Amino acid sequence: MSTPVHLSLTVNGEKREAEVEPRQLLVHYLRDTLGLTGTHVGCDTSNCGACTCHVNGESVKSCTLLAVQADGTEVLTIEGLGQEGNLHPLQAGFWEKHGLQCGFCTPGMIMAAADLLERNPDPSEEEIRHGLEGNLCRCTGYENIVRAVRHAAKASVGQEVPA
Amino acid sequence: MSVTEAPAGGNGYVGRAMKRREDPRMITGRGNYIDDMALPGMLYMAVVRSPEAHATITSIDTSEAKAAPGVVAVFTGEELAGDFAGPIPMVWDPPGVDINTPEHWPLKRGEVKHVGDPIAVVVASTKGQAADAADLVIAELDPKPAVVDPEKALEEGSPLVWEQFGTNKTHEWGVAGGDFDQALSEAEVTIEQRVVNHRTSGAPIEPRGSIAEPRADSVTLYSATQIPHIVRFVLSGMLEIPEDKLRVVAPDVGGGFGAKLQVYAEEALVVVVAKRLNRPVKWVETRSEHMSTSHHGRDQIAYVTLTARRDGTLTGVRAKVIADLGAYQQILTPFIPELGFPVAGGCYKFPAIDLNFVGVFTNKMATDAIRGAGRPEMTYWVELVMDKLARELDMDPLELRRKNFVGKDEFPYETPLGIVYDSGDYEGALDKLLENFDLDAFRSEQAELREKGIHRGVGFSTYVEVCGLAPSRAVGPQGVGLQAAFWESAMVRVHPSGSATVYSGASPHGQGLDTSFAQIAADRLGIEPDQVHVIHGDTDSGPFGWGTYGSRSLSVGGEAIARAAEKVQEKAKKVCAALLEAAPEDIELADGKFSVKGSPDKSMTMAEISGAAHIPPNELPADIEPGLEETSFYDPENFVFPFGAHACVVDVDVETGKVKVVDYYSVDDCGPAVNPMLIEGQVHGGIAHAIGQALYEQVVYDDEGQLVTGTFVDYALPTAAELPSFNTDRTETPSPVNSLGVKGVGEAGT
Repeated sequence: MSTPVHLSLTVNGEKREAEVEPRQLLVHYLRDTLGLTGTHVGCDTSNCGACTCHVNGESVKSCTLLAVQADGTEVLTIEGLGQEGNLHPLQAGFWEKHGLQCGFCTPGMIMAAADLLERNPDPSEEEIRHGLEGNLCRCTGYENIVRAVRHAAKASVGQEVPA
Repeated sequence: MSVTEAPAGGNGYVGRAMKRREDPRMITGRGNYIDDMALPGMLYMAVVRSPEAHATITSIDTSEAKAAPGVVAVFTGEELAGDFAGPIPMVWDPPGVDINTPEHWPLKRGEVKHVGDPIAVVVASTKGQAADAADLVIAELDPKPAVVDPEKALEEGSPLVWEQFGTNKTHEWGVAGGDFDQALSEAEVTIEQRVVNHRTSGAPIEPRGSIAEPRADSVTLYSATQIPHIVRFVLSGMLEIPEDKLRVVAPDVGGGFGAKLQVYAEEALVVVVAKRLNRPVKWVETRSEHMSTSHHGRDQIAYVTLTARRDGTLTGVRAKVIADLGAYQQILTPFIPELGFPVAGGCYKFPAIDLNFVGVFTNKMATDAIRGAGRPEMTYWVELVMDKLARELDMDPLELRRKNFVGKDEFPYETPLGIVYDSGDYEGALDKLLENFDLDAFRSEQAELREKGIHRGVGFSTYVEVCGLAPSRAVGPQGVGLQAAFWESAMVRVHPSGSATVYSGASPHGQGLDTSFAQIAADRLGIEPDQVHVIHGDTDSGPFGWGTYGSRSLSVGGEAIARAAEKVQEKAKKVCAALLEAAPEDIELADGKFSVKGSPDKSMTMAEISGAAHIPPNELPADIEPGLEETSFYDPENFVFPFGAHACVVDVDVETGKVKVVDYYSVDDCGPAVNPMLIEGQVHGGIAHAIGQALYEQVVYDDEGQLVTGTFVDYALPTAAELPSFNTDRTETPSPVNSLGVKGVGEAGT
């Protein structure tokens, strides 16, 4: 094991400092060190997108980034997006439209969709499908995920989408 | 009880599209999946696996691994041999048929039989240290010839997966009804077709994983499983731990699709290693481990012969199925190909059906149940030969189907195999499909597109499924020979203040049963669904149960809840009657009130009744025990038979062969809806799974038995961009088998 490296970043609005193994992935830092287990791991090859979170406002598969690469950044995870009683429109949309079944892909899917809506607040069905093609879901056939994103877009159009 | 006698319901929540109570924690990242759990002092296990498809283990050197940083222990199969009282079992013992079943131990000694076969485990303080040290275990493997193709495996002179059997054939099982030989000799038309159902992976997005926590003389196993009670029962035998000392808990489980309907080597290994080290031990598979060592599905070749008259009347069907079972018999491996036999004739009146199944060993991971499990395979070949017959007769394929449908007035319908289809309206489903999908408009659009060089086509399928697994007398030891039963349990407990807890033996992992179970119980208890807490997946809570698979949890598990809740309702009526000085038969439940018939002002709520049942204000009659809690063990009298009609529109690039699904229509009938929103979700997922199998997914081994599709890079799950929007609809034909009239829908789309 090589010498730990100092890491300083902001996660969900909170300043964090840590000594991390240089090889540690951002997703493992979030899950294992910070206990933010809403960001999931579903594959070894950056295909599934279950680990999607935001780094400096852009969606990132957190298994493709070393924790040290996130030094100095602002990271947002599903836990920071919205909580019960104060749901992000996408979280509300997924609930309303039955956009999840087992729920395992859901946090990553919502984070990817949040980035999509940030860039395109009123996407068409096709734009949603292409915008989410980096995230795999085995349960829903994506139909209700698309509906959930449309629902959130409608709820948010004309308003700033809270990120 | 027929559906017409079903209780009207206290509040009418059954039938409503209620939002899921499971969702708030999952959309906020507060689910509790196996890899989210960490216990004090927990160690991590990595599994050293065979890179060879078939080899003799000549030596295993673990010294370097043992010396690696953070490593607490390394164990080989030899070292743990004494920790297992028995091998991983296979539970099918059909009367009169021997099934070659090799001993299947969690860690291999002597030989490995497929890529991924476990040969050692490394336990370390962190997951990374365990994985690093696993790479330092040096196993000398002397390769042997591997056999990959099931038909070649049956040829004389093929390398043998298991030499002691002298053959790669595992077993042969058949079932027949009517006289197919006569049908063949008298056939005006005969259709023959070889149909391949290739190997697939369940591929839930959550990988498998387990944590064992030893404590004094007992152990708790947390596991991402569909069948916690069965896992406990089996491990109790394998590891000689009394069932009362072994608790199995399924936390939030991130999808199963059959891949978690299993008792796996790693579940036994974490328990053994945790007990040895007296510390909690966690193992979570990598995606590559999932692809190589979570059981696969399908992998069958069917040789189908269909006979008919020239007017399109079907006279018989015969299928000889060769099923590639892989290297070991997992819990249901040899039975899965046969599981579709009850619906071998599809929706059609075949006077003669003759089925024969041959299982084959190959040097691959075992196959077992994956979404549909035997029924999609059978539906696929029935529908394929129906279309081929239509072409041969130059007949409209839908007309051919209509001509041979079991008519809606012909139920219950007994097939030549003695299976009784409970209820159906196959033509009604097809009619509704064609209301939604305008075939004439499609044909004119198709012609226009063809002129532009776009080749668009539509395929239809009508199907009947066999669900509600299962009537124990039909599939248990006295029936087809599974050494198991398939009833389901439910316990309904009303608390003194009137809210309730429902314990189910089902173990959902995405189906939304917390929500639909609460709807069922709430109606029968006269309370709100929000007042019903649903507990499942914990062997220390509630009675034994058989888990969630085979589209069984609503029609068997939900019915058990309905029955237990009705028993509670009966008792509540007695208590109410005693307090209101009326006869119990005069108490009725409506709109959340138990009231005396004809005197609506004399009424009580469930909270008032339950309070009185627990803390009686006056003495209750001697025949009424205190408390308000009932249990039901429901064993269905028959299967249930959902059905439907689907249409899939595709564009085919005739230059490259690329197929794009452009439209999809479905009509499914799973009886009356408990929660229509959940049904729609199940259908969507099933359709996507089916399109995945048809166009994108395949588990591929090369000729040497190396797994080619070991990651999601090579094993392509469909993404949102590959799939069209689905147009789904339903008809509702109640089943007479259960009081809810429900039939199950989890596998319909596949």
